[in-house]
Amino acid sequence: MRSGTVVAADGAAARQAEAPYLVVRQVAKSFGTFAALHRVSLAIDPGEFVAFLGPSGCGKTTLLRAIAGLDPPSSGTITQAGRDITALPPEQRDFGIVFQSYALFPNLTVARNIAYGLRGRAWPRDRAKERVAELLVTVGLPEQADKYPAQLSGGQQQRVALARALANEPGLLLLDEPLSALDAIVRVYLRQELRSLQRRLGVTTIMVTHDQEEAMSVSDRIVVMSQGRIEQIGTPEEVYRRPTSPFVAGFVGRSSHFNAKVDTPAGMLVTRDGLRIEARGIERLLYGQPVEVFVRPEDVRIGPEASVTPRHLEGQVVHVEFMGALARISLEVGRLRLDSDVPAGMLGALGAFVGAALPVALPPESLMIFPTDV
Amino acid sequence: MSDLAALLPAPDAVRPRASTATRVMRGGQWLALLALGLALLLPMGTLLSRAFGNAAGEFVWFANFAAYVTTPSLLAAAWNSVWTAALTTALVIPLAFFYAYALTRSRIPAKGAFRAAMLIPILAPSLLPALALITLFGNQGLLKGALLGYPLYGPVGIIMAQVFACFPHAAIILAVALGTADGRLYEAAAALKASAFRTFLTVTLPQARYGLISAAIVVFTLVMTDFGVPKVIGGQFPVLATDVYKQVVGQLDFNMGAVVGIVLLLPAVIAFLIDRWAQRQREATMSGRAVVYAPKPNLVRDWLCLLHCLAVAGVLLGLTGVAAWGSLITFWPYNLTLTLANYDFANFDPAGWGAVWTSVRLATLVAVIGAPAIFTIAWLLERGPKGGPVPGLLRLAATVPLAIPGLVLGLAYILFFNHPANPLNFFYGGLVILVVNCLTHFYTVGHLTAVTAIRQLDPEFEAVGASLRVPVLVTFARVTVPICLPAILDIAVYLFVNAMTTVSAVIFLYGPDTKLASIAVVHMDEAGQVSAAAAMACTILAITAAVKLVQVLAGGLVDRSTQAWRQR
Repeated sequence: MRSGTVVAADGAAARQAEAPYLVVRQVAKSFGTFAALHRVSLAIDPGEFVAFLGPSGCGKTTLLRAIAGLDPPSSGTITQAGRDITALPPEQRDFGIVFQSYALFPNLTVARNIAYGLRGRAWPRDRAKERVAELLVTVGLPEQADKYPAQLSGGQQQRVALARALANEPGLLLLDEPLSALDAIVRVYLRQELRSLQRRLGVTTIMVTHDQEEAMSVSDRIVVMSQGRIEQIGTPEEVYRRPTSPFVAGFVGRSSHFNAKVDTPAGMLVTRDGLRIEARGIERLLYGQPVEVFVRPEDVRIGPEASVTPRHLEGQVVHVEFMGALARISLEVGRLRLDSDVPAGMLGALGAFVGAALPVALPPESLMIFPTDV
Repeated sequence: MSDLAALLPAPDAVRPRASTATRVMRGGQWLALLALGLALLLPMGTLLSRAFGNAAGEFVWFANFAAYVTTPSLLAAAWNSVWTAALTTALVIPLAFFYAYALTRSRIPAKGAFRAAMLIPILAPSLLPALALITLFGNQGLLKGALLGYPLYGPVGIIMAQVFACFPHAAIILAVALGTADGRLYEAAAALKASAFRTFLTVTLPQARYGLISAAIVVFTLVMTDFGVPKVIGGQFPVLATDVYKQVVGQLDFNMGAVVGIVLLLPAVIAFLIDRWAQRQREATMSGRAVVYAPKPNLVRDWLCLLHCLAVAGVLLGLTGVAAWGSLITFWPYNLTLTLANYDFANFDPAGWGAVWTSVRLATLVAVIGAPAIFTIAWLLERGPKGGPVPGLLRLAATVPLAIPGLVLGLAYILFFNHPANPLNFFYGGLVILVVNCLTHFYTVGHLTAVTAIRQLDPEFEAVGASLRVPVLVTFARVTVPICLPAILDIAVYLFVNAMTTVSAVIFLYGPDTKLASIAVVHMDEAGQVSAAAAMACTILAITAAVKLVQVLAGGLVDRSTQAWRQR
């Protein structure tokens, strides 16, 4: 098993320096009059783990299926390792895929499922058998070879599906919501497994998911999608810290949001209630420009920390949600509603109980501001 | 960035290269459409053209239909068909509903045995109850007095025999409708303190309403279009089905026969459309998260259910027993000594036992060719390419046969193949035409069984196969067929049993060398040899029952070899 892994890892290293492995150019897909994808473009480097993230119906699965050739795009081009694969049927492409349902063949044993694609001259019987044993070890199921899928747990089934997809040593691994059928604890564990396996094999991987936490925890880069368009492409941190659109700011991570207008002097916003809030990076906006403002709950300061800030506000606690290590305090400042995360142990010291009045501060550098069209 | 992209010139449309799988399956769809089109369209087209033509082959518009409406005896037959069918439906549905209710919603013992008893009429030709009734209530019957002077031959006999023959069809549909109950609704009703009767009215009946509609329509159509029963027990009472036969075989008036055939087609097509609507409604009411309902003991309900089941099963078994007994009697009603002489068919009909073997050959061919073909076509349709007009047309062609009564299809076949100008004329009178006709006539039920089985499979099997570069036919053979083997076996047995027992689908099509057992029953009865006719009907029942038994036993073997994975 060692040799296979090493070869794959070397291959990935050799490709590293080269051009992008997968390039999607202006790919559009429509079903009748409904446009599922609007001319989408992106490039993925060799060995990269990329997540397509978005709410259901955003086009992420459509894009994945276009890359797989299962539902070819209406227009645009897709190149993989320099080869134009746009119009090719799936069997002439080079990928392995794991579906949300896993689609394991229920009447075949685990070993036969994994060996399903190991046929023809390239895979003599002995070689195929070795490869199956190797893969079973890779995914940690060496004892389960002769069981049927129905006899395995959900997590085990998922690994069999992964082993089957990797059997042919594909250049590209596609994962369509691979973890969403599992319960929460297994999911968190398996996604780390998945990530370390992908690192070890160096296989370029695309995962479709609607779970932003999952996307952030495993991927090198996230492609955030909405209504058939790509909203942003970036590392998890970029997408979380520097969203480029209100949609991304609202969809990735928790945030409070409100509307305001650019006021004078430069660097000030005013809400509809007349609250004046200091902000950064809005110097180029014109006076009176309406904006949408997002702020993460961990950035909202309350209590003594807030009262030392010159321009702090007075808020009233309307709700306290206990979440374990942290507690989320919801406050109302006039018509503004703000969430603030504090360590749960601090609740008493802050005096944060429902109905209490607390000072609130919004650090200017942490506000995410998007001009809206008038 | 998407806004910028919109400013760029639109890229060229992608013309996807068809995969081998797509090409293979598209070709299969074309072939299937061609075959079904040939088997359905051409004969039915011929039937239509004859209905609008005269004996000389000239187009006469609606002249034949005008002649039909102005012939009182023909109209009377239509009315007779309608009211006997309606009355039979009204009798069968309550009986079948409470039988199905007992099987699914009570705690009576021996449900398996009651389910088996319910299926007997399906395995027997519909002539069998008619012959048993003649033995009991006929001119020389033991219990003739029980009919209070009404003659058996006529509506009384037709309705009694049809109630027997149609019972299982209604009971199966209703057992399915009642069997998919959602236990949570009953818990909700109990939590809201609804009485048992109110629960029945507000939960049970509404859940079963589309099942009731379907069952009523199936029974009505079966009675309207059945030929065997009115032929044997109808006496001088004219109905549509016997009228077609009289026009074609008796008076050789093919044009009028075609007209009556179309009149017979109308209620069947309307019933078919209503049933399709009801089916769709029923699918929509079933939720994937339903919890299986487990009835709690209730002494009164369980005893009433048990009595009802015992009574119905008793009648079903009793009538079958009477037919068997009648087949063993030397000379009814004067010499009641038992004998096997009636089974020496050569003494009653020139075809003798040959008719039985012809029937078995026909049924075997229909099952062996039909089951794989129907399943493969259903798979091409469900998993093949969806674009273009072919899949839609193919689906239509696969469902339409259900709406065409056997007698009408048989008539269409004789008109088409018997035409001197038809190069396929040589099929006429041979086994091939019988096989093709039976396959077409019984196509839809097999198709629906196959579709149901295939839809239970994961929709991505073919996609996984393609991603692993495994040809789609290999995936079909290694995964789809093994998983669906029980369903394929079901289809085969269904085809076999129906090909063995049908009269209406084959009455126009058999030839001197291809006389079938079911036809022999009709002929022997016509010749007054009721005991021999009963013996032949019992022979058919014995063969179909044996095949059903083999299916149950072989099912166990098949399960062990191909369904081991179902065990956890």
